[in-house]
Amino acid sequence: MSLDILVPMTLTVIGAATPLLFAALGELVVERSGVLNLGVEGMMLAGAVVGFIAVAGTGSHAFGLLAAALAGAGMALLFGFLTLTLRANQVATGLALTIFGIGLSALIGVKHVGIPIPALPKLDIPGLSDLPVIGPLLFGHDILVYLSLALTIGIAWFLARTRQGLILRACGEADLSAHSIGYHVIRVRYCAVLFGGAMSGLGGAYLSMAATPMWIENMVAGRGWIALALVAFGSWRPWRVLFGAYLFGGVTILQLYLQGSGILSIPSQVMSMLPYLATIILLTVIASGSWRGRLDAPACLGKTFSPPS
Amino acid sequence: MALRFEPRKGTSRAMLIATPLLAVLLTLVAGVILFLSLNIEAGAALYHFFIEPLESLSSIGEVLIKAAPLIMIAVGLAVGFRANVWNIGAEGQLTLGAIASGGVALAFWHSEGAYILPLMMLAGILGGMAWAAIPAFLRARFQVNEILSSLMLSYVAGLLLSTLVYGPWKDPEGMNFPQSRMFNDSETIAPLIEGTRIHIGVAIALLVVLVAAVLIERTLVGFEIKVAGLAPAAARLAGFRQNRLTWLSFLLSGGLAGLAGMLEVAGPIGQLVPVITPGYGFTAIIVAFLGRLNPIGILFAGLLMALSYVGGENAQIAVGLPRAATGVFQGLLLFFLLATDFLVRYRVRWIHRGRQEVRS
Repeated sequence: MSLDILVPMTLTVIGAATPLLFAALGELVVERSGVLNLGVEGMMLAGAVVGFIAVAGTGSHAFGLLAAALAGAGMALLFGFLTLTLRANQVATGLALTIFGIGLSALIGVKHVGIPIPALPKLDIPGLSDLPVIGPLLFGHDILVYLSLALTIGIAWFLARTRQGLILRACGEADLSAHSIGYHVIRVRYCAVLFGGAMSGLGGAYLSMAATPMWIENMVAGRGWIALALVAFGSWRPWRVLFGAYLFGGVTILQLYLQGSGILSIPSQVMSMLPYLATIILLTVIASGSWRGRLDAPACLGKTFSPPS
Repeated sequence: MALRFEPRKGTSRAMLIATPLLAVLLTLVAGVILFLSLNIEAGAALYHFFIEPLESLSSIGEVLIKAAPLIMIAVGLAVGFRANVWNIGAEGQLTLGAIASGGVALAFWHSEGAYILPLMMLAGILGGMAWAAIPAFLRARFQVNEILSSLMLSYVAGLLLSTLVYGPWKDPEGMNFPQSRMFNDSETIAPLIEGTRIHIGVAIALLVVLVAAVLIERTLVGFEIKVAGLAPAAARLAGFRQNRLTWLSFLLSGGLAGLAGMLEVAGPIGQLVPVITPGYGFTAIIVAFLGRLNPIGILFAGLLMALSYVGGENAQIAVGLPRAATGVFQGLLLFFLLATDFLVRYRVRWIHRGRQEVRS
């Protein structure tokens, strides 16, 4: 394969992987604190539509990203209030968040469908970006791509090397013990849930501001669920989640490439099934194979915490 | 002054019934706020939403034929939810039911006879079951999370349906529209009542509710399901096998969703089109919770949710309420329900700050 193809293909992989990486990293932190938030899809949609409208209204991408993160966090706050304060079932509440997010984003965005906005600019570093091959591969991306990679490193470091990270993991592995030592389990989980919401919001914003800079109803199209699957696939470790997200980006590119090449006369709908089927296959592989991913799930994942009184 | 939550000894029966009503009330309040923020006159919108659908026989019929699939699917899902089996892919199982029964209809397109409809019904049920068997197998055999697998399969099912109606099953005389041939007379279910579109599905839904009520309350299987959900450890000790319940829950809910899909395409639609449901499979999840996972409760919840579908369409035409508003209402309703659920398990007390509080 020649380099002329390799460069644009890699760029597409990055474009497909970045929104997944944001949402999955956020959910990873949430799950490591012991909370299962199935509302990723809804939070991504909220981020996508709010970020889009903010950019359309102000012309500022920075403001758009901030608004998207806040929208995601706002949705997460709703989830947190229900599951952490009112101790509602996390699975049901997460589903409700997704249903609500699909409806709300469609309602908010109804007047903005199909209007284009300027795409999130690529960071052009004069000199470096012009280098052949390496230039576009390493230096020609938008800020969110770099941010997602930096966050992977940051979260891995935070969870493994900092005191706060240890406390967060303690809440996820043994909530009662963490509580009896004197840590505020609910407070820690609130922080994690809000962070996860902001990350999902940014993932959604990448779709509506960078990947296809416009708002289309329900444009997240199941990526929130794929992100959830990636956390399990990555066995709750940031680096493996990064790998998984880029692997998925690869599946997407395979789909586009086969479709575009016209070598195989497969209907486009069948090709569109690929990411979903790949998710199921990956989940099966990690559950059965030597990865033994599920054994690494945080012990308190999805369980409601009621402090003993 | 501060709020304090005290766990109740048992669940409060009064609250169990009061909280769904409270949730509906709160959703109405939120709805009025939503209408006002959209500059829609709230009184008129509420009228179109909740009263107008009940004013004529034909629109009552519309409510009933929308309630039927919701109730059927929700009853199936509720059985699983009780046993901690989370099938959220009913939308896909419904679609497969439609595909399977539609396939039979197209295969017998040149034939006539009373045997075709039962055959389509059987195909629909089996189609839904087959689609549900995939996540059931993956969970029972490999411990794959059934929430994710069943949901992913819903997307696949939707794409499969469009592959067929855009491709091999497209009506050859259909001006290239993405839809199948119209089913012939012995492949469609006729309305039961003149002037409405009420069909046999409504009666089937009622029957499903009654059978499920008996199954859950009066049989050993029903007891196993309850125990598995409430006390998984106790269920294991008693020798109840989780895998059996996983299979049972999925096959039951998948079969019912498939049947609902068959009734949609053989009833109101009469052919295969790219989109055959306005999200019944997902809305049924809300219906199941709103009905407290109880078949009788689901009956009422399904009727209410069907009313919101018909009312939503009315309000869309009459006062320009965006279509998405119905989804917002449904999401809000589930939120309020989950929030008020708290009152079933906890007593809320106001603690006055003046007094010394003894912390444990």
